[in-house]
Amino acid sequence: MKSDRGWISIWQSIALWFVPVLFLGIFFFIPLGKIINLSGIFQHGLQLTQGEWGAVVRPLTFTIFQAVVSTVLTLCIGIPGAYVLSHFRFTGRELIKAALIVPFILPTVVVASCFNSLLGPHGMINELLMTIFHLQSPPIALLNSFWAIILGHIFYNTSLVILVVGEAWSKMNPNYETSARVLGANRFQTALHITFPLLTPSVLASSLLVFIFDFTSFGVVLLLGGPAFATLEVEIFIQATQMLNLRLATVMSLIQIVMTLGLAAVYAGVSHGQSFELTPHFKRGEALKSSPFPQKIFSLGVLTVLFMFFFTPLIALVTRSMTSYQSGSSIGIPFFGGASWSYYSELFINRHGSLFYVPPYEAVFNSLLFATITVFITLPLGVLIVLALRQPHRINRILDPLIMLPLGSSAVTLGLGLLLAFNTTALYKIPFPVLLPIAHGLVALPLVVRIIQPAIDAIPVNLAFSARILGADRWHVLRDIEFPLLKQPVIVSSIFAFSVSLGEFGATTFLNRPDYPTIPIVIYRFLTHPGQVNYGQAMAMSTILMVLCILSILCIQLTDQTNRERK
Amino acid sequence: MKQNTSARTALKVDKLVKFYEGNPLLNGLSFIVGPEEIVCLLGPSGSGKSTLLRIIAGLEPFERGSVTWQGNDLLKVPPELRSFGLMFQDYALFPHLNVFENVAFGLRMQHISETTITQRVNRALERVGMLGFAKRKVQKLSGGEQQRIALARTLAPEPKMIMLDEPLGALDRKLREQLTQEIRQILRTTGVPAIYVTHDQEEAFTLADRILVLSNGRTSQIGSPEDLYNHPATSWMANFLGLGNVIKGVVLSIQPLIVRTVLGDIRCPPQRLKQSVDANIIILIRPDGVEIAHKGKNSFRGVVEDCVFQGDHYRTVIRVTGESFVFNLPDKHLPGNEVILTINEEKVIFLK
Repeated sequence: MKSDRGWISIWQSIALWFVPVLFLGIFFFIPLGKIINLSGIFQHGLQLTQGEWGAVVRPLTFTIFQAVVSTVLTLCIGIPGAYVLSHFRFTGRELIKAALIVPFILPTVVVASCFNSLLGPHGMINELLMTIFHLQSPPIALLNSFWAIILGHIFYNTSLVILVVGEAWSKMNPNYETSARVLGANRFQTALHITFPLLTPSVLASSLLVFIFDFTSFGVVLLLGGPAFATLEVEIFIQATQMLNLRLATVMSLIQIVMTLGLAAVYAGVSHGQSFELTPHFKRGEALKSSPFPQKIFSLGVLTVLFMFFFTPLIALVTRSMTSYQSGSSIGIPFFGGASWSYYSELFINRHGSLFYVPPYEAVFNSLLFATITVFITLPLGVLIVLALRQPHRINRILDPLIMLPLGSSAVTLGLGLLLAFNTTALYKIPFPVLLPIAHGLVALPLVVRIIQPAIDAIPVNLAFSARILGADRWHVLRDIEFPLLKQPVIVSSIFAFSVSLGEFGATTFLNRPDYPTIPIVIYRFLTHPGQVNYGQAMAMSTILMVLCILSILCIQLTDQTNRERK
Repeated sequence: MKQNTSARTALKVDKLVKFYEGNPLLNGLSFIVGPEEIVCLLGPSGSGKSTLLRIIAGLEPFERGSVTWQGNDLLKVPPELRSFGLMFQDYALFPHLNVFENVAFGLRMQHISETTITQRVNRALERVGMLGFAKRKVQKLSGGEQQRIALARTLAPEPKMIMLDEPLGALDRKLREQLTQEIRQILRTTGVPAIYVTHDQEEAFTLADRILVLSNGRTSQIGSPEDLYNHPATSWMANFLGLGNVIKGVVLSIQPLIVRTVLGDIRCPPQRLKQSVDANIIILIRPDGVEIAHKGKNSFRGVVEDCVFQGDHYRTVIRVTGESFVFNLPDKHLPGNEVILTINEEKVIFLK
């Protein structure tokens, strides 16, 4: 029906695109060009020494390997989860459904802290085991291992599988399975010949998405895997900031971009017609209470695993951050000593007289400031892009995928590119790190567009037509009809942009300034410095960030709910 | 109707009780289906028609009662071993399989040879007039075509009984009329019993050997289409089937039988049921139960409210002392005009 909006001219289309394209051109494509240029690939091809090839191939193989393992295990937990959540009603289902959004917003540093507080050497489980069995050293050494990375990835991506596959499963006509049964297929044959083939597109789409996320994962690998494991993304960071081998870093970035874009293209191909919402509407389902016994047992098992993955790390973090701290003593008896705010109060004391000491409230302030600026950058750009995408113009077919590119390229590459492109310009030399919210904006922009766009597309064309016939001009239609209907997605996308900025870590590691640290940077500093106090402060700071993020989630769900009630 | 011997009974549903969210959806429902008999389940939406089919198919548990096939209880028989066919209103054609594979699905489950499968699929497709469509994608078919494929898929495994759940509900009127005839033809030639769920009484009247009207989880009436039309048991049935004007009255005299109604005192044909004077009764006057007259017995005066051309008659709404009645009259009458109508006493039916 888009051709019915014949009122727009090519000039209006260009006017709408101008600013967003300019923004992306300066802050995404120029840095990208810098990377390509510095890698020297066009001048003399990939001229790498044998040692350098090894430095590229090793992390690349590992990246692919860990992504495959993570994806397979994520599917193993996600698909049963999708089945239970989309088919049954039970107490707590709404809570789990609401919690599905958590990993989308929770920063990697917080997740790292969560797992650290649960399974780390000073974590809840280890301390508990040491207390019970009077052990001298922590029995579980999961942190800084391959499985810690996998665990982090499963935490992050299970909800994605549940959302995509659950949505498809929930929408599947139950009469398909019923017909198969009546036609003589038993339960197993029905699953094999009907259910699984029909779910294949959604499983494939979610696997690819999960694979892309695992492939470009930075924070989880850096913070949970430790120095022994480097994915391409981490290796770029190490080469650029520690080895100072910028050429190798850019070559890796280039390989990374090509691979993610290839995967994203495949995803775009298979995801056609797949949709999911962050707060799923899954059908009511049958009561789990009255289901047959084996189904009940299976579902309860799945729910227990989901609970362990989604909630215990969060609970452990909060508990650990409030476990009493006794200065000078050894580990002490955790969790039984009552709640204490000592780690929180410690955040305000500069014990080591560090030059770079920044009071944590300043980090919170910095983070909130950057997040606000990010919203002010992305929202107008996002609205302009969405309005432009509505116009029936051929140019959209080229520009639409282009604006999604920053989502496909990694945050570390983004940070590196911005640094390379602007470190000699006035933009970098001013004291305020203005590139930081710009980088956050680049990461958030595609999300903002993809949240607002379906909402604007869902407004019936006849609404605008009716308003026009009733005497409203184009501007009044926009102001009085369409904008009020877009209020909810605009709020949701703003909160999303805000949270993305709050937790962004990859690009921030390149662009932050010592005097303007953000919360994730402060947590990273605490986590990478030894000592009980640093550890406790990391937990406390992570809890603060987690609370901020959960507040965002509540805001999103509250808006979503009021919007649904209005409908 | 003495079909209750197992030799003449294919399916027997006995005192079936099914609760839905704490309320009885089926409340002691009993009926039988004879071999080669087509039974139509007619009832308002939400009366539990589709649930009943799912229970018979073995897809839904129930609280009490029994479902037996040729005397054998089906309770422990899973749906795939019952060999019944069930066709849905939305057809539920498997979207990832083409027409041939859809029709072949039930046959593949029987592990028969590929040559036999091909033969039988082709035969089923031929039966529904879709032979050339084997390689098509099901999503590319029109509603009518999908309906035929779904029917072919149901027929191909040669089920012992066929159940159809509003199979024409999603189609437009003209196609529906055409397909009703075709389904009737096909069901007759298969020679197996069939249960056909619909809310459209025209469909039910065309197809059924017997019609079972469901209301409030029970059988409201069961009988041949003629039975239901000529002897609706209750005023609810008469209203539900839209048989005519349902009017309350009081018996004035027995010999001759005269009833006082809002239309005046009406002389009625003698009834088998004994009526007593002053008894409150309900009568049904069919739309074609009156003719234009000037005066005489059984006549009443009314004002024309509306008059609509319907082909072979005018559907005329007549207002009499504040109430409206619908009659089919041969001529046009302008709204506002007064008419005098005589009730044909042969067309007055007593209801419970």
